[in-house]
Amino acid sequence: MSYEHEDYPEDPFPKDFGYGAYDQDGLDLEPNASSNSETKPRILLMGLRRSGKSSIQKVVFHKMSPNETVFLESTSKIVKDDINNSSFVQFQIWDFPGQIDFIKPPFDSDMIFRGCGALVFVIDAKDDYIEALRKFKDTVIEAYKVNPHIKFEVFIHKVDGISDDSKMESQRDIHQRSSDDLSEAGLDQIHLSFHLTSIYDHSIFEAFSKVVQKLIPQLPTLENLLNIFIPNSGIEKAFLFDVVSKIYIATDSSPVDMQAYELCCDMIDMVIDLSSIYSSEETAFDSGSSSLIKLNNNTILYMREVNKFLALVCILREENFNRQGVIDYNFICFRDAISEVFELRLKRQKQLQNPDHDDDELADDHGITMGGRLNHDNDPATVSRAP
Amino acid sequence: MKKKVLLMGKSGSGKTSMRSIIFANYVARDTTRLGATIDVEHSHVRFLGNLVLNLWDCGGQESFMQQYCTQQPDNIFRNVEVLIYVFDVESQELERDVHYYQSCLEALLHNSPEAKIFCLVHKMDLLAEDQRDLVFKVREGDLIGLSKPGNVTCFRTSIWDETLYKAWSSIVTMLIPNVAALENSLTHFANVIEADEVLLFEKATFLVISHCQSKKNRDSHRFEKVSNIIKQFKLSCSKLGAKFQSMEVRNNAFAAFIDTFTSNTYVMVVMSDPTLPSEATLVNIRNARKYFEELENPNNIAMNHHNHKYH
Repeated sequence: MSYEHEDYPEDPFPKDFGYGAYDQDGLDLEPNASSNSETKPRILLMGLRRSGKSSIQKVVFHKMSPNETVFLESTSKIVKDDINNSSFVQFQIWDFPGQIDFIKPPFDSDMIFRGCGALVFVIDAKDDYIEALRKFKDTVIEAYKVNPHIKFEVFIHKVDGISDDSKMESQRDIHQRSSDDLSEAGLDQIHLSFHLTSIYDHSIFEAFSKVVQKLIPQLPTLENLLNIFIPNSGIEKAFLFDVVSKIYIATDSSPVDMQAYELCCDMIDMVIDLSSIYSSEETAFDSGSSSLIKLNNNTILYMREVNKFLALVCILREENFNRQGVIDYNFICFRDAISEVFELRLKRQKQLQNPDHDDDELADDHGITMGGRLNHDNDPATVSRAP
Repeated sequence: MKKKVLLMGKSGSGKTSMRSIIFANYVARDTTRLGATIDVEHSHVRFLGNLVLNLWDCGGQESFMQQYCTQQPDNIFRNVEVLIYVFDVESQELERDVHYYQSCLEALLHNSPEAKIFCLVHKMDLLAEDQRDLVFKVREGDLIGLSKPGNVTCFRTSIWDETLYKAWSSIVTMLIPNVAALENSLTHFANVIEADEVLLFEKATFLVISHCQSKKNRDSHRFEKVSNIIKQFKLSCSKLGAKFQSMEVRNNAFAAFIDTFTSNTYVMVVMSDPTLPSEATLVNIRNARKYFEELENPNNIAMNHHNHKYH
C-alpha cells in the first residue's frame, strides 16, 4: 500500500470509479468494502450559515432550478451526499451547517479532513465577509494540520447583480486578507484558489469544473487525447462533460470561451430533457445518445456518448462536418482510448490488492499502454487526412 | 386577419412579464427589470403569417382600472376576441381583485358577448409544490362561479416553468382559423412517414399550435415542456448571436428531429426506430414543406395562381 501513499496521495478514485462494466470486478476484490465510503476522498462544502452551500449542491448535482432554492431550509446537520451511481464525479459533498463550529470538539477534525480531496469554502459576496474570513483561516489551519494534500478553493458566491468592478475588488480584497492571515500563521506554502460564482449563471459549473479537474489524476492524459482528436477531425473546441453535473472534466488546450461552454451546457440540458420525455428519465442518456445541432452562423454542435457518465461535445465549422465519417471514426478511437485509460486504473487497483505483483512492472505497463494507445489514435486520423 | 386580445389584471400580477417571455424572447430572470405598464400598451404580434394578434396590455393600477370600465368601456371592450385576466395567486386583496374582475367582465359581456375568457392563476411558483394543486382547484372553482353567465377557462401559470406555455398555447390555438385542416394534414403526414409524433411550433414563440401522435406517451404535459426546452435553448443560442436551424436528438429508444418548416413554423418529428437513417426523415420533412406552406397561406398561393393566369 505504500505505493499508493507515495505516488497518489490525493487519489480521488481509490476503489471504484464506476466505469461501466468494469467496476464490478473492482468492487468484488475490495477487501474492506465496508470502510470504503468513509475513506473515499471528499469535497467538503463549508462556509457561514446562509452563504449558499446547500443551494450550490442542489443546483450543481441535483438539477434544481436556481429560483427554487429559495425554498431550501437552513441545514441543521451535516448532510453527506454521495454522488456515485449517477455521475462520473465520485465525490461526497459534505454540507456543513454554517452555525456548527466543527473545529472544536465534539467534532473530530481528523475524521472530517482525512481523505478529503478539496475544501470548498463559500463566502457570501453580498455580506460582510470579515467573519467568514476568520472562520476560513481557522478551518484552513486545522485542515492543513490533518491533511496537507487538501486543495483549498474559495467560492466568492452570490456575485450575480454585482458590477464587474466590485466583483474584482472583493476578490482582490478577500485574496489579500486571507493570504495575510495565512502568512501570519506561518502557512505561506498553502495555495488558495478563488472563484467568483453564482447559481444564476454558469459560473458555478465552471468553478466546480476547475475544482474537480484538480482531483482527476488522468487529466493530462485526457487533455492530450483531446488535443490529438480535435485538429485531426477539423473540430474547433471540445469539452468532455460529466453529464449529470455538467461539469467539464477535460477540454483541449485552446482557451475556454465561457459562452461556448455555456452553450454546450445548455445543449446537454436540452438533450437530456428531451430524451427523458421520449424515452424515460432513467434511460435518457444511453449508449445511443447523440445530438447534432446546426446554427445559422455556420457552426455545428455535435454531442456523442463516451460512457455512461461522460459525453463529448464538439464545436465545429459546418464545412468540416462534410466529412462526418472521419469525425465519427476518430471519435470511436478517442472513446476506446478513454476507456483504456480508466481500465488501466482498475487493473492497477486490482494489482495493488494482490501483493505478489511488482510495482515496477505496473508502472511500465502504464507507460506503454498510454503511448501505444496515443499513437494508435493518431493513425486513422492521419490516414484519413491524406486525400 | 386581426384579432384583439385583452390582457388585464391587477398591477404587478405579471401581465407584462408573461407577454415579454412569450412574445419578446425574455428570459424569466430578465422580467425583474420591467417597470409598471402605464395605461394601455398595444402590440401587434404576427402569428402564422396572416393572423395578427392585437395585444392590449392594460396597466393594472386602480386609477386605470376604473377608467377602463367607466370612461372608455367601448374603446377597450369592443371587438374583443379574447380576454386574458391574470390573478396573482399570492394577492392579499382577493376581494378587490374579484371586484375589478367582475367590472371588466360586465363591460366585456356587454360590448363583446362572443369573446372567450381565460383566467390565469399566476405566480404559482411562490407556493410550495404540494400546495399548488389544491390552491388552484379552489381558485378555479371560485372563478367559474364568479364569471357566470360567462364561460371561463382557468390555467395555473408561472413564468418559471412550462405551465405558461400550456396556457398560451391553448389560447392561441383557438384563434387560428384553419387549425382543423392543419391538424388533419399533420396526421396524414405523420402516418405517411410513420412518425410517433409530430409537433408544429410557431416560429417566434415556439408555442405548439398543432400536434398529432400515433404512439401513447406517458407524459401528458410534454408539449409545453418541449416548447419550454426548445425556447430556452433558442435563447441560449441568441446569447451568441446565433439561431439554430435544425437539431437532432437521439438515443436507443427514439430519434427526434426539429427543423425549420414553413416560413412561420418549426416542426418536430419523433421516430421510435432510431436505426432509420436521419437523412430519410429529413428528406420527408423537406418534401412536406411546400404543402404546408400552401395550407398556411392559401390566399397568397391563390393570388399567385391568379396572377399567373393573366400573364
